[in-house]
Amino acid sequence: MKYLEEFSDPDLAKKLVDQIHAATTRKWAMMEVCGGQTHSIIRHGIDQLLPESVEMIHGPGCPVCVTPLEMIDRALAIAARPGVIFCSFGDMLRVPGSSQDLFSVKSAGGDVRVVYSPLDALKLARENPDREVVFFGIGFETTAPANAMTVYQAKQLGVRNFSLLVSHVLVPPAIAAIMESPACRVQAFLAAGHVCSVMGTAEYPPLAQKYKVPIVVTGFEPLDILEGVRRTVLQLESGRHEMENAYPRAVRDEGNAPAMKMLADVFEVTDRTWRGIGEIPRSGWRLSEKYREFDAEQRFDVTGIHTAESSLCRSGEVLQGLIKPHLCEAFGKECTPRNPLGATMVSSEGACAAYYTHRRLELVDAK
Amino acid sequence: MQDLTDVASGVPGALPGQAGLDFEGWSCPVPLRDVPTVVMGHGGGGAMSGELIEHLFLPAYGAAAATDLGDSAVLSVGAGTRLAFSTDSFVVKPMFFPGGSIGDLAVNGTVNDLAMSGATPLFLSTAFILAEGTELSVLGRIAQAVGRAAEDAGVRLVTGDTKVVERASGDGVYLNTSGIGVVPAGVDINARRARPGDAVLVSGDIGVHGVAVMSCREGLEFGTAVESDTAALHGLVAAMLATGADVHVLRDPTRGGVSASLNEIARASEVGIELVERLLPVPSEVRDACSLLGLDPLQVANEGKLIALVPAEDADRVLAAMRAHPLGRSACSIGSCVPDHAGMVVARTGLGGSRVIGLPIGEQLPRIC
Repeated sequence: MKYLEEFSDPDLAKKLVDQIHAATTRKWAMMEVCGGQTHSIIRHGIDQLLPESVEMIHGPGCPVCVTPLEMIDRALAIAARPGVIFCSFGDMLRVPGSSQDLFSVKSAGGDVRVVYSPLDALKLARENPDREVVFFGIGFETTAPANAMTVYQAKQLGVRNFSLLVSHVLVPPAIAAIMESPACRVQAFLAAGHVCSVMGTAEYPPLAQKYKVPIVVTGFEPLDILEGVRRTVLQLESGRHEMENAYPRAVRDEGNAPAMKMLADVFEVTDRTWRGIGEIPRSGWRLSEKYREFDAEQRFDVTGIHTAESSLCRSGEVLQGLIKPHLCEAFGKECTPRNPLGATMVSSEGACAAYYTHRRLELVDAK
Repeated sequence: MQDLTDVASGVPGALPGQAGLDFEGWSCPVPLRDVPTVVMGHGGGGAMSGELIEHLFLPAYGAAAATDLGDSAVLSVGAGTRLAFSTDSFVVKPMFFPGGSIGDLAVNGTVNDLAMSGATPLFLSTAFILAEGTELSVLGRIAQAVGRAAEDAGVRLVTGDTKVVERASGDGVYLNTSGIGVVPAGVDINARRARPGDAVLVSGDIGVHGVAVMSCREGLEFGTAVESDTAALHGLVAAMLATGADVHVLRDPTRGGVSASLNEIARASEVGIELVERLLPVPSEVRDACSLLGLDPLQVANEGKLIALVPAEDADRVLAAMRAHPLGRSACSIGSCVPDHAGMVVARTGLGGSRVIGLPIGEQLPRIC
């Protein structure tokens, strides 16, 4: 705890806040890419401490939020099959598909289990040789190495009744897509520290140069985020646009070599649809040819999925930073964490859920 | 439709010639409306549990329902005598965990529900629902835990029931306990009695039980032993009442944690509650485990802890009485009731910001990353 407390120290936080105020001379809009950062900003009230002229735009970095509807529906269809044990991280259970969620499938008799590691799913497969065990492999570059390792082990051990339903997404192509949007207001990025701890920082300098945006690799504790904002403001104010690593205790420029080697062996880059956003070229991973036999999509061949999107909610615009969550007309009315219209309200790290959960006071006062 | 052909050049991970993004068409998924079947969240002690009571049970019960939804019902039975009555079912997995078992929980849980009315617990029933195939040695250990906990709490086990369900219909041992106690004259403790200015007190560290159970569920280990704090609290309550203070509200923040209890009180009393985050007694092991799993310690279940709302002028002597009792040694004040934002609980963060502390929805769900 002491370690985490050091990165929440109120006195140090105040110093950083003062420096940010002193350095800011005009309006700036920066995007924190990761949902974990969004949650930390709102949970600790960091946005309330920043100068009014520094606007935090909440990015698409919530893996639960951006998993496409079709993939959720496919997961639901597989999970409902007899003989299947469907394993997922906890927060996927409440994500709505076209008509239901994994909780509902479980309630109707599906064998849906929460696991804390994909290796637990592989263990289940070995313990239940007469069942098909499927793990829902979603997330950014952070969760992918463990999933890759699990598939690698399954192949090594000759476990035939294990498969991965893969919906991994990659951050750098999403940054490029956001910058390419004509409506883009983002002038700088706080990059997701844990993504860089796996992948290193090499992908970011070209993005910073091409789009002329500062990109500061940032952690998740309050002081990490304030330091990220401080460095970003200093770059913006001085007209620089560089990649900076403000999270050196976790991130090395070269990344995690064994993890990247495993990823390169097990996965290959593919186009990927982001829920609420659309297809982003080469923004995801799928299993490579060598491991295709462990692909749940192929093993189960789920067809006939008809997704149904609603026109009511504006999650896509929230994900791109075009609007704040409460500016969506459905926010807090038709759409709440209890009855989410979109995934940004479902996941605890979704921007809409963070606003609804922790920011209602000001939103009520503002009306 | 915007052409992204140009995006790729110079950008690692992108290829030229890919289809563009349709930002105009950015939309959001279809609603997940109220589910038509019971899901795990209906038993989580949060908003879904509340909705089930409000929208299904109470309308169905009609005029037969008493609507005062406290931890226990306080019933007048003749001149000057008031009984407290409560029931609770226990389905905890695993059945044995660091610091306790389903047997301890079942006794202490109902004793505490009675104690939260200020009652002296007297009698308990135990009703077992057993899945066929359950080992008798396991059942024996649970029964012994029930006996020990009842003896420690000074309550008598006066009636009971046993049912067996087919293996496929159940999983291990479920245990219901109901209890009766007597409310001393002059004691009026009710979730509707919170007033602006009341101090919010907690009897000790929060989040311990929930993390202890999670630590041994699914083989999750945090490297530091966290033991459940299950305990019977009526002795502590009696010590608090003996100060003569006008205790307004008591709650044991079990499922749904401190957050659910305070939200219920804020709504029932139509007051605002303001917590000071730096005052919250969250042990480092609990904070670390919650940080790892993406959980809020305020929403994690407790056992053997209570929340008290007392007039500000009584707070010091109630705290002193709590700290003098073995179960309240680290009791502290964590905030107060305020006239603003009635019905809502707000925390001042360590950095000086604020956040709303919401009612948990259903089950606590560990996050993906």
